[in-house]
Amino acid sequence: MANITYIEASGQSTTVSLNDGWSLMQGATANGIDGILGECGGSCACATCHCYVDEARLGDLPAASEGELDMLENVAAERRPNSRLACQIKASAALEGLIIHLPATQE
Amino acid sequence: MSAAIVIIGAGQAGVQTAEALRTGGFAGSITLLGNEAYGPYHRPPLSKAWLAGEMDSAQLVMRAPEMLARKAIELRTNVTVSAIDRTAKLVTLSDGSSLPYTGLVLATGSTPRRLPLPGGDAQGVFALRSRDDASAIAERMAVCIEKQLPVIVIGGGFIGLEVAATARKKGLSTTVLEAAPRLLGRVLAPVLSDWYANLHRSHGAALVLDARIAAIETDAQNTVTGVRMADGQVYPAGLVVVGIGVAANDQLAQAAGLECDRGIVVDACGHTSDPAIVAAGDCTARRLPDGSLLRLESVQNATEQGKSAAAALLGLEKPFTATPWFWSDQYDKKLQMAGLSMGADQWAVRGDMAAGSFSVYHFKGERLLAVDSVNASKDHLLARKLLDAGVSPTVAQAGDLGVELAGLLVK
Ligand SMILES: Cc1cc2nc3c(=O)[nH]c(=O)nc-3n(C[C@H](O)[C@H](O)[C@H](O)COP(=O)(O)OP(=O)(O)OC[C@H]3O[C@@H](n4cnc5c(N)ncnc54)[C@H](O)[C@@H]3O)c2cc1C
Ligand code: FES
Repeated sequence: MANITYIEASGQSTTVSLNDGWSLMQGATANGIDGILGECGGSCACATCHCYVDEARLGDLPAASEGELDMLENVAAERRPNSRLACQIKASAALEGLIIHLPATQE
Repeated sequence: MSAAIVIIGAGQAGVQTAEALRTGGFAGSITLLGNEAYGPYHRPPLSKAWLAGEMDSAQLVMRAPEMLARKAIELRTNVTVSAIDRTAKLVTLSDGSSLPYTGLVLATGSTPRRLPLPGGDAQGVFALRSRDDASAIAERMAVCIEKQLPVIVIGGGFIGLEVAATARKKGLSTTVLEAAPRLLGRVLAPVLSDWYANLHRSHGAALVLDARIAAIETDAQNTVTGVRMADGQVYPAGLVVVGIGVAANDQLAQAAGLECDRGIVVDACGHTSDPAIVAAGDCTARRLPDGSLLRLESVQNATEQGKSAAAALLGLEKPFTATPWFWSDQYDKKLQMAGLSMGADQWAVRGDMAAGSFSVYHFKGERLLAVDSVNASKDHLLARKLLDAGVSPTVAQAGDLGVELAGLLVK
């Protein structure tokens, strides 16, 4: 389990406790957090679950797959070094306290 | 009456339309009606990760009810709309009550075709469309695992092949029966059909092409025991999943006198033949500039048509003209398709088919129509850009890894 804090582009901050194996995309859509669309349901096919991960914690996350890196080229908002797809990051104890920022647009 | 929009169907297209109405500044009431027991959920994982047991049902949620509530979108589940009265502008629900509208959205989706054969309705024979279907299939798969019964998939299309891949993942003996001479014959180039056939066979699934099925065999309790072929051969089965295509849910629209032609006919902006009614998603057939009708069944089509339909109700024109795209996950391979390949007469392969990362470029003459990419998302995204921009590499360029195709865009 991990507590994840989502900060929407408006500044609205929500902390959600996610079971292991839940993706950060699922955590957002199931808990009413705006700013992540997740159109493809987590298949790494739509790039509408873009998020910015707390830079200091990047090392706690498993590295992005080649497919994720490719899809990140297609995100609607600016791509930054800490850009990730929220559907490709699975909750685990290693992510406890992680803060992610959501972009102003996903489309 | 103040502005009231009623949306029939709480799936991908219905949700998208509702949210786009709010984003577009619509301040009236929005009612989202769905005849399933659940709020909006993702369908694509049903044949993939969900069926494989890799995620639980709560993870399928597309929009939390409180998110819809915050946007003042009233979600009502377990309600079926039984009729539309276009003159009085109201819809009738199956409990006999009615609901007035100033604008109506049809987002009713589609229904899998049934197997028109003896035994087609036996216990253990399923189509896959909804969460309930997927649960029933998963339960039956568990029985098959326990009793070591084989799984038969009828139809080598996307849903059938995804189910077959998932069944193999679970270690079930799996056979795909396909009536055509190749898999995914209507959408994939022949080289890719063959490649997928090899993929499935290499994972231990049996494939029967040109399959002629005569009947589903059952026991005294009307539970499936096998599939009998025209030549008399019987494939034993504890579960049969039928994936032979879907039909648009256009019955309500037909009964209301809207123009339908194997789907509710809409223009690029989502208008039906009634100015107060728009439609989006699997239930539609879109009129193209050349007069032909296009039916697409994909998440992207549902979301883009949903945005167009919302704009149309707000008096705006937001035609959906972007390049169509689609994906399918089978085993560890992600297929991503961009464009429509109908009418292609030339193909080029880019990348390494043996290594399982490549793209097939479809051309009509020297014009690029579509690109199908396997574990090559970069190709896919570039293809969408090329097709959107109407820029075409030559057949030779497409097949030559030495040519940087992205370079064609900046010109
Ligand atoms: C197993 C599966 C896997 C898929 N995989 C992919 C994939 O990998 N990639 C992809 O792009 N697409 C995929 N699709 C297709 C995609 O899910 C559909 O194209 C998309 O869901 C269409 O959205 P829709 O809103 O038009 O229809 P739906 O999502 O089906 O929603 C329509 C809803 O309306 C309800 N309804 C119908 N009639 C009434 C009525 N009279 N009253 C009230 N409610 C009504 C239905 O019950 C349904 O809930 C898949 C589909 C399935 C079933
Ligand atoms: S949900 Fe589609 S890429 Fe993450």
